[in-house]
Amino acid sequence: MKGMSLIVKTITNIMIGFIFLYGVYIILHGHLTPGGGFAGGVIVAGVFVLRYLAFGGSKAGEKKSSITASVFESVGALLFVIIALLGLLIAGVFFFNFLPKGTPLYLLSAGIIPFCNIAIGIKVGAGLFSIFLALAAFKYIMED
Amino acid sequence: MSIIPLYFAIPLITAFAIPLLGKISKTLVWIVATVVSFVLFILALYGIALTQETSMIVYRMGNWPPPLGIVMAFDSFSAFMVLVISIIVFSGCFFSLRYIGHFTGQWKFYTLYMLITAGMMGIAITGDLFNMFVFLEIAAISSYCLVAFGVDAEELEASFKYMVMGEIGGLTFLLAIALLYAKTSTLNLADISNTISSIGMTPFFWTILGMLLFAFSIKAALVPFHTWLPDAHPAAPAPVSSLLSGIFIKVLGIYTTARIVFNIFGLNRANAPVFFNILIGIGLLSIAWAGLSALNQKDYKRLLGYSTVSQIGYIMVGFGIGNYYGVAGAIFYILAHALGKGLLFLTSGSVVHRTGTRDLDKLAGLGEAMSTTAWSYRFGALSLIGLPPLVGFFAKLFIVLGAIKAGLLWLAIIAIGLSVLTLSYLLKIENSVFMKKGKMADIKKAPFSMRIAMVFLVILVLLTGLGFQTLMDFLIGPAANALLRGVEYAQLVFGSFSLNF
Amino acid sequence: MTIFVFCIALFLIGLYAIVTKRNLIKIIIGFALIEYSVNLLFALIGFRRGALAPIITKVHSAHNFVDPIPQALVLTAIVIALGTTAVMLAIALRIYERYKTFDIAKIKKLKG
Repeated sequence: MKGMSLIVKTITNIMIGFIFLYGVYIILHGHLTPGGGFAGGVIVAGVFVLRYLAFGGSKAGEKKSSITASVFESVGALLFVIIALLGLLIAGVFFFNFLPKGTPLYLLSAGIIPFCNIAIGIKVGAGLFSIFLALAAFKYIMED
Repeated sequence: MSIIPLYFAIPLITAFAIPLLGKISKTLVWIVATVVSFVLFILALYGIALTQETSMIVYRMGNWPPPLGIVMAFDSFSAFMVLVISIIVFSGCFFSLRYIGHFTGQWKFYTLYMLITAGMMGIAITGDLFNMFVFLEIAAISSYCLVAFGVDAEELEASFKYMVMGEIGGLTFLLAIALLYAKTSTLNLADISNTISSIGMTPFFWTILGMLLFAFSIKAALVPFHTWLPDAHPAAPAPVSSLLSGIFIKVLGIYTTARIVFNIFGLNRANAPVFFNILIGIGLLSIAWAGLSALNQKDYKRLLGYSTVSQIGYIMVGFGIGNYYGVAGAIFYILAHALGKGLLFLTSGSVVHRTGTRDLDKLAGLGEAMSTTAWSYRFGALSLIGLPPLVGFFAKLFIVLGAIKAGLLWLAIIAIGLSVLTLSYLLKIENSVFMKKGKMADIKKAPFSMRIAMVFLVILVLLTGLGFQTLMDFLIGPAANALLRGVEYAQLVFGSFSLNF
Repeated sequence: MTIFVFCIALFLIGLYAIVTKRNLIKIIIGFALIEYSVNLLFALIGFRRGALAPIITKVHSAHNFVDPIPQALVLTAIVIALGTTAVMLAIALRIYERYKTFDIAKIKKLKG
């Protein structure tokens, strides 16, 4: 896919970090404010989609990013299930909140929920970006 | 530590680990998937042993008590479904080694396969309505992808058709959940059951039951809504066809219907005779219509697809009869049909693998060249037709017994009479593929792993037939009682001993 | 009562699109309508007049909130709908690649 004009590229260069930071903020504050792993993950995926649309991508680059995205997707999902299984191992209950709960309304609180949010954020960010790649560049990616 | 969550946690972990393992080696992925499905089989046997001691095991996710959190309600019927799922998953996985060999991106196949497994296991053990919907969609979305796995024109078309029908069903289920939540303010199956018992079956609940029956009829491919199945199941790779026809539609359509009708709405033949007659009517229509359609098919797998619709009708008739023998017969038929049809689809897979065609006119003379496949086909077909020492006979016998005990002699006669249809369409394949002398002489035997998978199912067909009395005492009987105890289900969920605290 | 009637009407409009339209993309839009109607119904079921959003802050502790469970269900249903729609679009694209058309009247290699 070809990239877009110089104006778009410059603006994207400036904005991309802030958008990514905002996505991370939404993920990390999932247990305190509206949002969470899914919403933040969508914003993080948006960063990669924006970068791809603005700068374009080569055939090889698309293949490489689809492989990276699929690895991250698996890692996120595995993290989530492993957190749930840790509850089973430690306390005998699947999805048991085995960490200390902390004070409500502080960043380090709510036990395992922030970690679940991080896992979901990785999974959704990588998953949505691979859906985008699968729809936008499916001819190259599905060949092998 | 309880094993109940492991039934869906293990396949889920495997599904997400496979993309990482797939980077290392293709065979490794197959080994992992097969070992995992064998572990599930062992766990399922252990689950049966657990339900012999306590009739209901309630597992609280995250240790939240029942009406608030999600619970897993594991009773004899769930244990039975989990066992049948694990058998078909294991044989299909073993069969896949050589069959999937020529596809690219094999690890995607095993990921989707494990996701289907996780979804079906989840449906079978969950005690929460929305959780059931989520697992149903996990299984359904993976099955859409697996039907389109070959990405040929026909497969894509079949997948889209299947997806349109399946999603209409799934979203109707979601709408029914929303309406039910508006009335009862709960999603826990046991709590819903309590609310319905205290309010009584108002027209509102009948409407919801109608919507649920519509949704599950689509998933189970009962006759007015069966059109997707003869396209979708043949289009999938053979081990997946075996999984979809063998157990998938039964978990998504039949298990959910039975659980909701008997245990949640608390209906039985005494308090809702019209509803149960409708079930019998749908079942008979499916048997006759799909059986007749199967007679003029020219495609190996498509014929088996119509046969599946027809056989599902028998299960529905068994539940419609609604007494102990009828329900036990229906549950027995779930097992018999899973083994029999799973086996027949695996034989179709090995025939397609060696000859490259599914056209009954072109296939000929495979009876000698592929003798293991031919004999596996014969055992599976005879079991489905209902020959005495095999498992299919006992399943039909119990349904007929149930019909006679319920005073429906005409139904018993029709059910036996319609077996002629099964006999004639299954003989058609036998005649043209295995008996007919033909030119296809240089066909090699099916690969070793395929033969192992088929022989495994043949042994099970024989064993379950010969040991039907034991099976009835430890597996089918308790499962039928679990359904027939009706709204007592709710008291068991709220008041029962739970494994963790 | 009104919310049921209107949401189910929207559901039926989506179903009408799925059944009568011949273009694959329009069928997918029909599904989007159905999903939207069910999600809307969920959100409206949980609504209470004059109630607050169910977020615990330092100012509002738990009192007079709208029902948060339907909102959680809607989020889950949206994620599932996202997955379904993505699979549908991917398969529709592949069908277009094979048949060079989105018209279901021209896509009929299968008999019935």
